[in-house]
Amino acid sequence: MINDITLKDHTQERRTFLSRLLIGGIITILLVGFLISRLIYLQIYQHEYYSTVSDNNRIYRQTVVPTRGLIYDRNGILLADNKPSFNLTVIREKVSDMDASISLIQSLIDLPEQEVEEFKQRLRRRGVPLSSVPVTYALSEDEIAKLAVNQFHLPGFQVEAQLVRSYPLGAPIAHALGYLSSITEAELRNLNAEEYRGTHQMGKIGIERFYESLLHGQVGYETVEKNARGQIMKVLDRVDPVPGEDLVLHLDSQLQLAAWEALGDYRGGVVALDVATGGVLAMVSKPAFDPNLFVSGISQAAYSALNDPVETPLFNRALAKYAPGSTMKPFIGLAGLDFGVRTREYQVQDPGYFILQGDSHIYHDWTWWITETGHDLVNLAKAIYQSCDTYFWDMALDLGIDQMAEFLDKFGFGQNTSVDISQASQGTLPSRAWKMETLGQPWYPGETLNSAIGQGYTEATPLQLATATMVLANKGQWRQPMLLKRVGLLNEDIQHESAIPDVTLKNPDDWNFMHQAMQDVVHKDDGGYRNNGTAYPYITMLEKMPYHMAGKSGTAQVIGMAADFDNDAEVPERYRDHALFISFAPVENPSIALAVFIEHGVGGSGVAGPIAKIILDAYLLDEFGEVKQAFLAEPEQEPELQISSIEAMQEQL
Amino acid sequence: MSSSAFVRQLSGDLNNLEKRQSIWEKINVDPPLLFALVVLTGFGLLVLYSATDGNEAEMRRQIIFIILAFIVMFSVAQVDVRVMRRWAPLMYLGSLGLLVAVLFFGATSNGAQRWLDLPGLPRFQPSEIMKIVLPLTLAAYFSRRAIPPRFKHIFWSLMLLGLPAVLIAMQPDLGTALLIGVSGVFVLLLAGISWKLVGSALGVGLLSIPAMWVFYLKEYQQQRILTFLNPENDPLGTGWNIIQSKTAIGSGGMYGKGWLNGVQSRLDFLPEGQTDFIVAVLAEEFGLAGVLFLLVLYLAIIARGLYIAAVSSDMFTRLLAGSITLTFFVYVFVNIGMVSGLLPVVGVPLPMVSLGGTSIVTLMLGFGILMSIHSHAKTAFRYAN
Repeated sequence: MINDITLKDHTQERRTFLSRLLIGGIITILLVGFLISRLIYLQIYQHEYYSTVSDNNRIYRQTVVPTRGLIYDRNGILLADNKPSFNLTVIREKVSDMDASISLIQSLIDLPEQEVEEFKQRLRRRGVPLSSVPVTYALSEDEIAKLAVNQFHLPGFQVEAQLVRSYPLGAPIAHALGYLSSITEAELRNLNAEEYRGTHQMGKIGIERFYESLLHGQVGYETVEKNARGQIMKVLDRVDPVPGEDLVLHLDSQLQLAAWEALGDYRGGVVALDVATGGVLAMVSKPAFDPNLFVSGISQAAYSALNDPVETPLFNRALAKYAPGSTMKPFIGLAGLDFGVRTREYQVQDPGYFILQGDSHIYHDWTWWITETGHDLVNLAKAIYQSCDTYFWDMALDLGIDQMAEFLDKFGFGQNTSVDISQASQGTLPSRAWKMETLGQPWYPGETLNSAIGQGYTEATPLQLATATMVLANKGQWRQPMLLKRVGLLNEDIQHESAIPDVTLKNPDDWNFMHQAMQDVVHKDDGGYRNNGTAYPYITMLEKMPYHMAGKSGTAQVIGMAADFDNDAEVPERYRDHALFISFAPVENPSIALAVFIEHGVGGSGVAGPIAKIILDAYLLDEFGEVKQAFLAEPEQEPELQISSIEAMQEQL
Repeated sequence: MSSSAFVRQLSGDLNNLEKRQSIWEKINVDPPLLFALVVLTGFGLLVLYSATDGNEAEMRRQIIFIILAFIVMFSVAQVDVRVMRRWAPLMYLGSLGLLVAVLFFGATSNGAQRWLDLPGLPRFQPSEIMKIVLPLTLAAYFSRRAIPPRFKHIFWSLMLLGLPAVLIAMQPDLGTALLIGVSGVFVLLLAGISWKLVGSALGVGLLSIPAMWVFYLKEYQQQRILTFLNPENDPLGTGWNIIQSKTAIGSGGMYGKGWLNGVQSRLDFLPEGQTDFIVAVLAEEFGLAGVLFLLVLYLAIIARGLYIAAVSSDMFTRLLAGSITLTFFVYVFVNIGMVSGLLPVVGVPLPMVSLGGTSIVTLMLGFGILMSIHSHAKTAFRYAN
């Protein structure tokens, strides 16, 4: 009985299913019939109509590329321009055999394989139909003539006048400004495809990259009617493109060129900041490259020259991290005062070396290599202007690495504090926690000694050094470094609120004390070698200065050297010390803060110092060698400052 | 046990008992289905070559995906589907978990969060897996319950169906959510749910359209429907796609403009010519004749699928095969209906032809299941004997 019921149920279920399946099949056939009748309607009954639409009435929407914004320096000098140039372009739909056409062009004009590759990549992007794609830029008259003669063999190709980016100042400003170059496929994925439909280039580094969205503008549209051969019959509708914004930079192109010249044949980086605003007055990295080469498509040979392993012109030294050496001493000295581990009067007897308890290594002061005697009795001021390592080693043990790091952090070390210089390295600000996190090792006391003189793990960029010097010159008030001054030639300057808290000292007079000590680095002349400022013989002794310059030198070891390597001329160049100099001026009315880095320059005071002075002169002095009115201190404050500086000098004596 | 084997013998095809096992049966492949699929994908590649302007990289990718899809189909055909019934609840929960994971960790592209990046696996859309798992789960559910289903069972099955559909709609991917819902509804319909219920559900659905319009549909979705109703309203904006595709289809005429000669598609008038609108390229270049050929291929596949469902031995495989086949047809109908202006524009690719690997792999997985159902049914008889 039970079996019977199961049997009956199964057949019943199958019958239900089959009837439903049948209904499904019938509906399927009905719907397919519906589709077919729709297709017959479109393709047979309305065929004539749609054929006409397709053949005669071709409405295109095409993009109208916005004009890229121009870039000016603070004095209105044009740094990035759009110049008309004759370019070879092609409409891909009109070319039957692209490869054959390209080889014909290659036989006519110089068109390297790499440019062909870039062109093919541009061609692969699906753009608006019948729009022209650039093949190569900046044709010479001779090339235009050769192409014109062969026009008949090159259907679809034409010579078009288009706007091309041009950088009148060339290499000296290349790293700060950046350059425009072909959009790569990887970049394309992150771009708004709609906005970049007609655009073939974008900013790669520097300002051109950071403010790409401002400079680019908004794409426009044109709705046009074209005939079967792709010629525009009439414009039906047009949405104008919004041109990119013009940018005005804080950069002073004269100062930029002066800094470039001042570096001479040295490799290095310079950053100069406007103390009042944090604006970047100059940012130089030498050697550099001609940014115009990238715009028109750089040849393989030119590109490999830019990858020279020693010269590395593409590498921005102004934003790269190096051991800052003794340029850290003013900041660490302030830390010692502020944490109360040292007073201004406290003195140590310096024999020229320092021995750490429980460490077999003898720490030699820099003077050891010259005289094998120390600095004698040293207080903090002297430890700055004579750059005494021993004083700082002794102090560092009481200060400790973590307090040192905490204090230096307030000056922007170990971070990128800039507003619009995204490629800047963050540097390295070591502490116990940092070392455990990155290296998984405990901190050793000897490493505190290295950090106290800006060696060991400590690394900072010229930009960071200039920024910290600016904060010091400003007595703790923060301004974040920024290249952009304003958007639009006639608009108001951007007022950037610093997001970083000001540095406050327990005794605010410590600022004046450190300013004086740094002024002594350059100006202190005590008759003898042992009591001069380290930079005095190279700067003030040679030429009387119409303003006071504060500074601090740094000579950073590239490798640890044996004791007998005292003559740097014998050392291969790549092992020679880096030379650094930080500076601000005038001391009475700080207007410009500066960091100079010279790769393997050997002498902080001797090489980097004079270069810093030339750059300051270029900014502060007029054509008669006088300090420009704008940089003079206000008269009522002047005597007061002089008194305090005399007091400070008396204190030291 | 023996009695149920006896029942199967009676209801099955007695001829099978005597037939010798052919090579196709040994490798569990159904020759008619395979033939139709090979011709369809071949024809599809021909059209795609024209639609992509002969882009080698895209063609190579598509061919690799098609080969992969055939391998997937072949591998799935080797597994007896009845084994899957036991695993259905687990597969369902797993797929549901992946859908939840997408909402939290999914990769976002074009404003929707549909992709999942799991370490060691290629990027995939969990909603694609649900396209197979949901009909499988519902078929497994009803195969153990009374047919036609009782109200209680209908209620629970609607829960099983609604949960993934809602999760997918939240991505948001309304098109896929609806299609997955449809595949589940097919199982219910095939299981014999009463027409009264179907009728009242349809009535409620129709009545709720105004409310859906106001409260649920996003502006761009409303726009699509308005455009569908009157594309000439905004010929350069949202109506552009549909006007261009109708022009492409209509100008194709009876025999088309010839391969690689489609003006509309070659000159880039037609947007999405490689993906959702590829049938317009086909219609322009091969004419009505070409579209009819395509429809014949689709009908052949669907007819074979329905046949497999009809002769299948148990309720689970019947429901599964029926749902897979009818859902496949819905894809075809929605896509061609949309491109020819019969339906609003929803992002549904033309099955087996449009550029895009994942959808082809999922579809072929479904056909692998059909082949498995057919082939293993026969072997089951042989063993029973």
